[in-house]
Amino acid sequence: MQSAQQLVKVFVTRRIPQDGMKILRQAGMCNLSVWDSDEPVPRAELLKGVTGAHGLVCLLSDRIDTEVLDAAGPNLKVISTMSVGFDHLAMDEIKKRGIRVGYTPDVLTDATAELTVALLLATARRLPEGVQEVKSGGWSTWKPLWLCGYGLSGSTVGVLGLGRIGLAIARRLMPFGVKRLLYTGRGAKPEAKEVEGEFVPLDTLVSESDFVIVSCSLTPDTQGLCDKAFFSKMKSSAVFINTSRGTVVNQEDLYEALSSGRIAAAGLDVTTPEPLPTNHPLLTLNNCVILPHIGSATYATRGTMAELTANNLLAGLTGVAMPTELKI
Amino acid sequence: MWSSRLAVHQLQKFAAAQLTISTMQRAQSTLPRVYVTRSVPPDGLEILRNSGQVQFEMWDSDDPVPREELLKRVKGIDGLLCVLTEKIDAELLDAAGPNLRVVSTMSVGYDHLSLSELKKRGIRVGYTPDVLTDAVAELTVALLLCTSRRLTEATHEAKTGGWGTWRTLWLCGYELANSTVGIMGLGRIGLAIAERLKPFKVKKFIYTDVAPRPELANQIQAEYVSMDEMAKQSDFLVVCCALTPETQGICNKELFSKMKKTSIFINTSRGGVVNQEDLYDALATGQIAAAGLDVTVPEPLPTSHPLFSLKNCVILPHIASASFTTRNAMSSLATNNLLAGLRGNAMEKELKL
Repeated sequence: MQSAQQLVKVFVTRRIPQDGMKILRQAGMCNLSVWDSDEPVPRAELLKGVTGAHGLVCLLSDRIDTEVLDAAGPNLKVISTMSVGFDHLAMDEIKKRGIRVGYTPDVLTDATAELTVALLLATARRLPEGVQEVKSGGWSTWKPLWLCGYGLSGSTVGVLGLGRIGLAIARRLMPFGVKRLLYTGRGAKPEAKEVEGEFVPLDTLVSESDFVIVSCSLTPDTQGLCDKAFFSKMKSSAVFINTSRGTVVNQEDLYEALSSGRIAAAGLDVTTPEPLPTNHPLLTLNNCVILPHIGSATYATRGTMAELTANNLLAGLTGVAMPTELKI
Repeated sequence: MWSSRLAVHQLQKFAAAQLTISTMQRAQSTLPRVYVTRSVPPDGLEILRNSGQVQFEMWDSDDPVPREELLKRVKGIDGLLCVLTEKIDAELLDAAGPNLRVVSTMSVGYDHLSLSELKKRGIRVGYTPDVLTDAVAELTVALLLCTSRRLTEATHEAKTGGWGTWRTLWLCGYELANSTVGIMGLGRIGLAIAERLKPFKVKKFIYTDVAPRPELANQIQAEYVSMDEMAKQSDFLVVCCALTPETQGICNKELFSKMKKTSIFINTSRGGVVNQEDLYDALATGQIAAAGLDVTVPEPLPTSHPLFSLKNCVILPHIASASFTTRNAMSSLATNNLLAGLRGNAMEKELKL
């Protein structure tokens, strides 16, 4: 057991699940300082908290830039973020200072794929409208054509970006009677065989799919990809789903496409910005379902992310290999 | 003269919409008479009109035919095409009279039909299993995921300003991965639901039923258990059984008290299977985590009902089979069942009485 002076200082920017905190405490090597709140740490508190820290546990809402790194000082050797994204970290500065970075890929694939299918089904089968009608007295009786939606059975599904998450989504859709699974990307993938995926050009996917699911990463090529031209090629009965990143979609063009009936409906778990302002036009449309970026939001997954974050940190502090280290 | 004109129309495949119902009645007075209790989807209606086999009257509305009107209109009919909102009981069958030989319902459920009365009178019954299995299983999974991943709360937060910065445990739900799913009533629909849940990495499927159903259970490696065990072990409990005297109110406080605090309860079968007061208590006290219902007692559920005050209860207005293709398929099947029955032929889907 190390004495108080020998404990390494660690700053944790938020109250994280106990699964992670337990691991940090039981290691017996950390002098833990925690911003014990569900809300983000204010900037001034962050700068104070990181002073002299050897390790930093943070979330994607914390901007770790030069100012923070300077405030921390030369002790800082590990940053462990509880996220798979790392656009909040100033990677050049971090690399320059020889700081190691841990993050949380893979462990959230199942939860995110599940949420994407949940969103697709809620959008296609008009669940929010149904819930609303029931609450407001719009439900009078069973009617043959009321609230009819689009079923997956016999449909063509197109996945833009068949990566880990895209493939996990496709696997979950297979038993719904999907007739064709199309995908597009930089190249054909052998894994696609498992879901009988057909590699096609983007235009083919867009024009032939009944369900278009965007699952690609955000790059200069995919920025603003889903725009007026994109929507104009889709079927008027098609449903559009995005759970990747908000800026892949041109939101004004999407609004036009939905309000004019150019496409049937859309479901989004990501927007620009996040949060989306409550007066945004997309929120007024009956055929647009918007979720507040909850792709990985399950108790089990957030617990696992917290554990991984803690283990990445401790490995970095003791100079050994991390379970999931970000290659800088 | 009407007959020959009508024959010409048929030969030319004259658009059925041009003909009024009374014209058909005058021209075809010897054809079997049919009453259709609701405005049915286009595919079925077209089959009926183009068949040249019947003369029919239809309650041409999205809303149910009032009982008084229904009892009047069925007098002397040979065939009845109905939906689940009509009670086909002794009173109605008496009003119809002895010519009635076929009842065709546009539903898979038949709790609105008095089977003993129908059997007694030798009336044949058509219904619509299978064509709606996919849509119903799909909606059940949609409802399960909407409930377990808290989509209703989430869309509400996004609309009303509750969406702030990313938080670690905000709007967390329960995932299907590594879970145990219990199916109450492993029939066609129960199996179809389980097949759709499998790739979500469900660890184990268990089920109850009046007897084991190995031919279905083997397809998803489901284990036959008692009601008690199903209550205790299920992380997700999905009710798919028919409504019978045995299943009436079977989901009650006894069942809920044995379930896990983190469990999710889903019912898309019939409202009468659930004791709604007991469900309310279970949800309000945290005895179970959440519930999703597509069916209630009554339907519609009055907007003042206590279940609506609960954040962890999702209620849909009985839309499980509500996809365009499915409703059209149901109407085609129901119409074909009716016409086959009237010809004295085998029906595609006949209910064994």
